[in-house]
Amino acid sequence: MSVPSETSPASPEVTFTNVGAARWWHRGVFASQTAYVTLALAALIVVMSFASPYFLTEGNLQNVAKNFSFIAIATLGITFVIITGGIDLSVGSLMCFAAMITSMVMTSLSTPGMPLSSLFVHLAADGKTVVANVPGLILIVSVLAGLVVSLIVGLINGVCVALLGLSPFVTTLGMLSIVRGLGYVISNGKGSFPGGPDADYFYALTQGDVYGVPAPFIYLILLALLMALVLHHTTFGRHVFAIGGNEKAAELTGVSVPRVKIEVYVVGALAAGLQGIIISGWLGSAPANMATSYELNVIAAAVIGGANLAGGIGGPLGAIVGCVLLEVIRNGLVLAQVNSYWQQTLVGVIIIAAVLVDRIRARLL
Amino acid sequence: MSDDSSLHTPNTAAGDAAAAAATPPVLELKGIGKQFGAIRALHGVDLTISPGEVVGLMGDNGAGKSTLVRIIAGNFPPSQGSIHFGGREVHFHRPMDSRNVGIEVVYQDLALANNLTAAANVFLGRELRRNFGPLRLLDHKGMEARALELFRELRSETRPHDLVKDMSGGQRQAVAIARTRLSNARLVMMDEPTAAISVRQVEQVLSLIHRLKEQGIAVILISHRMPDIFAVCDRVVVMRRGEKRADKPIAETSPEEVTALITGAKEAA
Repeated sequence: MSVPSETSPASPEVTFTNVGAARWWHRGVFASQTAYVTLALAALIVVMSFASPYFLTEGNLQNVAKNFSFIAIATLGITFVIITGGIDLSVGSLMCFAAMITSMVMTSLSTPGMPLSSLFVHLAADGKTVVANVPGLILIVSVLAGLVVSLIVGLINGVCVALLGLSPFVTTLGMLSIVRGLGYVISNGKGSFPGGPDADYFYALTQGDVYGVPAPFIYLILLALLMALVLHHTTFGRHVFAIGGNEKAAELTGVSVPRVKIEVYVVGALAAGLQGIIISGWLGSAPANMATSYELNVIAAAVIGGANLAGGIGGPLGAIVGCVLLEVIRNGLVLAQVNSYWQQTLVGVIIIAAVLVDRIRARLL
Repeated sequence: MSDDSSLHTPNTAAGDAAAAAATPPVLELKGIGKQFGAIRALHGVDLTISPGEVVGLMGDNGAGKSTLVRIIAGNFPPSQGSIHFGGREVHFHRPMDSRNVGIEVVYQDLALANNLTAAANVFLGRELRRNFGPLRLLDHKGMEARALELFRELRSETRPHDLVKDMSGGQRQAVAIARTRLSNARLVMMDEPTAAISVRQVEQVLSLIHRLKEQGIAVILISHRMPDIFAVCDRVVVMRRGEKRADKPIAETSPEEVTALITGAKEAA
């Protein structure tokens, strides 16, 4: 370029004669639905702490942290899909299916006589106790098996949406049914249980805690940080937002739209699979009806947290705040001894209210 | 990025046209025709454009303007004829092919993502990245600085970190045009850039076209607005029924004559 740079790259701030700068509270995260849902959450927590002496106890907070972590990882994943303007209804079924695969593989590899099990276990001198050849290896292989199955499901979703041009709603609605059905088929409707010498590691990693912080909560925070990095500091993240904002523009500027779309469905499926595996560790089993209709909780949490189903908006903070809000309300209703059947009704009201307030805010500002 | 002129490979076949324009043409179309089934959309269109020349492309709906632009942009190949760009014959199969040689299109709907900043839109699909240890992450500062430089060059009051959804029509045009400057384009085609914006913003867009011309970039301006054509163009090309009916320096024609050519009241000039 022949035109010399007159500005130092560090200070892109400029003043114009006739174009005013947007104030900081009209910009970025401060102007988002996420911001005031966070405020609403903070207000709710304050109210709750006065209303119930148990709310701020360590046990209750651990409970809340653990419970919302159980849908939040899947919510992070589906947020990628929602930002591109898509939807994934198969996450609930997939949570169950991935968990089943993981526990079945774990049990199978730990049972002498089953295929490949000789590579992983041998019998101790007493002829009864099963001993792992390499402690932890079965756990790694079985978790990977669950994740690979999730990846394949995500790949199929992505290919149907991005290459075959099917609607995300229809594709993933079909996948919801396919995957749930397969779960019943492979377990004969009974579900499965993690077993063998590595099951204890599995429980430690899913039910355990570090200095009182539940393990699932730690995974959630690490994944949320990773997601923030990917969304805001990589070309992939930039293209995810661009596709949600204007798919045609993304295509015309050379973004590989089908590839990015397939990738977001794979990310969503992997997150759901991991989530299911963690839940099964906490439950101690993967029943065939596990996580039924969880896709609705996950989508509700994402939307309450500010992800826009029309595409282009969303992020890890919103996903987590949405999940926390749902869990605090559930927890609050329990502590207040309100009939727990009210919970679902209230969640519905909050979904509509959150979106409505955002619409009103957009009109006023 | 290299200097534009160094890319030229003078071609003897283009000599005649080059002599007339004093500089070798950037784009040369010879006998371009296009059929869609039984429909003859274009027939025998010749067109030569020199660097820094602004050519207005006019014609009624269905006259063949868009078909011609799409052929140059690589959306589909011509049925007959050849395209020479920078002295070499080129064959475009996809829009990326024409972009790679230095042809940029500013689409009527501008192809901007409203939820992204001006800088992000300028660099969409060509993001700058930096190494952070083993990672390749977006170079936000670099992109904002370069975008600001481009907006200054276009003399547009546009902040790189503002969201496109909050911008005026003129600013949005500036973002779309800045995108074409990023790649050192040698030919920019603009499809109805002034169709949907206010009078004041029309002036901004016309001055943006002047900026491109100053940089030696050839511009094809498709417009229905006679005042715009006469304000910025060096030449006007009139299409009617898939054929080029006139190709005149703007000084040698008048809005009345151009209107007559568009409507068919006058057959050719």
